[in-house]
Amino acid sequence: MTIPTEHSRRWNGYLLTWRLPMIVWQVLFFLVPLIFMVVLSFWLVKNYRMEPALVGINWSKMMSRDYFWDAYWRTLALAAGATVVTSLLAFPASFALAFKVSENARRWAVFLLIIPFFTSYIVRAYAWQVILAQSGVINSLFSMVGLGPYTMLNSAFGTIVGYLALTLPLVVVLQTFSLASIDRSLIEAAHNLGCGRIKTVFLVILPLAKIGFIVGALFCFILSFGDFVSPYYLGGSKPPTLSILIIDTTKSGQQWPRAAVVAVTMIVTLFIIAFTAVTLAYRKPGRT
Amino acid sequence: MSRDRSLLWFLRLYLLAVFGFVFAPIVASLVFSFNSDRFPTIPLGSFTFKWYVQVWGNESMREAMLNSVIVAAVVSVASTFIGFCTAYTDYRYRFFGKNLYLGLALLPPTIPLVIMGLAMLAWLSRIGLSGHIWSVMIAHTVMCSPFAMAVIRLRLAQMDENLEPAAWNLGATEWGAMRHVVLPFTMPAIVAALCLTAAVSFDEFAVAWFVSGINKTVPVVILEILQGNVDPQINAIGTFVFMTSMTLIVFAQVLLLTRQKKQVGTNE
Repeated sequence: MTIPTEHSRRWNGYLLTWRLPMIVWQVLFFLVPLIFMVVLSFWLVKNYRMEPALVGINWSKMMSRDYFWDAYWRTLALAAGATVVTSLLAFPASFALAFKVSENARRWAVFLLIIPFFTSYIVRAYAWQVILAQSGVINSLFSMVGLGPYTMLNSAFGTIVGYLALTLPLVVVLQTFSLASIDRSLIEAAHNLGCGRIKTVFLVILPLAKIGFIVGALFCFILSFGDFVSPYYLGGSKPPTLSILIIDTTKSGQQWPRAAVVAVTMIVTLFIIAFTAVTLAYRKPGRT
Repeated sequence: MSRDRSLLWFLRLYLLAVFGFVFAPIVASLVFSFNSDRFPTIPLGSFTFKWYVQVWGNESMREAMLNSVIVAAVVSVASTFIGFCTAYTDYRYRFFGKNLYLGLALLPPTIPLVIMGLAMLAWLSRIGLSGHIWSVMIAHTVMCSPFAMAVIRLRLAQMDENLEPAAWNLGATEWGAMRHVVLPFTMPAIVAALCLTAAVSFDEFAVAWFVSGINKTVPVVILEILQGNVDPQINAIGTFVFMTSMTLIVFAQVLLLTRQKKQVGTNE
């Protein structure tokens, strides 16, 4: 086994061919754009033109506006709400997939759940608009039994349905994987020792599958926090969320620096939440 | 025992409801795309192909379709190449700063689309690259290569780590081993990655909307139609988009799963 290490240690064209493409590409078109956006948030806009500068005016303007903070807390609340609702609604499904169906059926279910995650979210959101509309599918069904019509669009309910459509398949898949990898003998041991059904779920199963649940919730939060389609097309766009604020500010002229302020705030928020979640997920369980 | 049975039935119904929820929009688009009524609701009108005919006759939609196909084709090749390089580097080498390297490779999907869109628009227009069709290609390659990397890395994880050294011992050069050992082994994952990244690019609307200028792709046109009134054409386009990406995703998954099974079979 001397040759492999000899091959592995040498810096040659072979090694560089594989290592460099990603570095060059992601630095040029991922890292630098993000850094540039931070820089941009300190630029000036004069006569509808952007000028390089190092001023805090965009920051102080945005931070002193009530509508910015309204949007901030609303976005945070909506994303947190979506995370809780999605995690709770996903649990019975992933529990069933992990423990109550055959391995083959589980494979099929995951196969099917991966499909919608990669199929046009924008068209799915449109379809939900049609389904939830005042004279849409659900209200037509309700009217047949003499109920409704209920207003579901242009409300927080509509937004949450959209977030669910976006994140539920992914969360169910992640939860299912972590539940399915639990050692069954631990659950049997709990039952043999007289631990009740519900108690087992909370004291044995959930702690063992903690990482998958937290990672699922984190993905749900990140996706909902940054999404603009659901709050715009299903939630009625007013009052705006942070992502809608970015679009309005960018598309309505040259106020890109202020949009950059919003974007940087969002990234910092997401970073803090992701860091907290990951720490929580991998923390050694304390003895109680 | 009856409590067990009712719990089982509850969970089964619940699973059905979840799948119903997940696939409802796809089914709704399909059904309403053949529905003659202007406003999509039930009871349905009569069966018609007119929305498909209308879409086909729509000049800007045809142009967008062509743009989307070109972008998806270029992006899938570029991002699969980058994804393969990254996955192979991660599989084969250990080096200082590897975590940073992997972070750079895998972080893009965690950045919200709107922020990616803004950052891309600002940067690409600064260096004179925004508003073209290749602006979309550049941005999509950044966003798609992590998916390609993940798919190919999973496949490499199934490769016996002595396979490559064995080829070297038998006199193969590094390039030779790559061509005759690593590439054939990862081929199913490479094809799967091509399909997956093509689907992701084909469906991506937010960043494309920011940077594409007048060279719109299909999802961007859909986004702009949505800002107007209800337009039943969307169901027809949507069904077409769903079918395209579902075909690609199903194909990618079948490729990855069948090979895995075969592998297990030969080992036993």
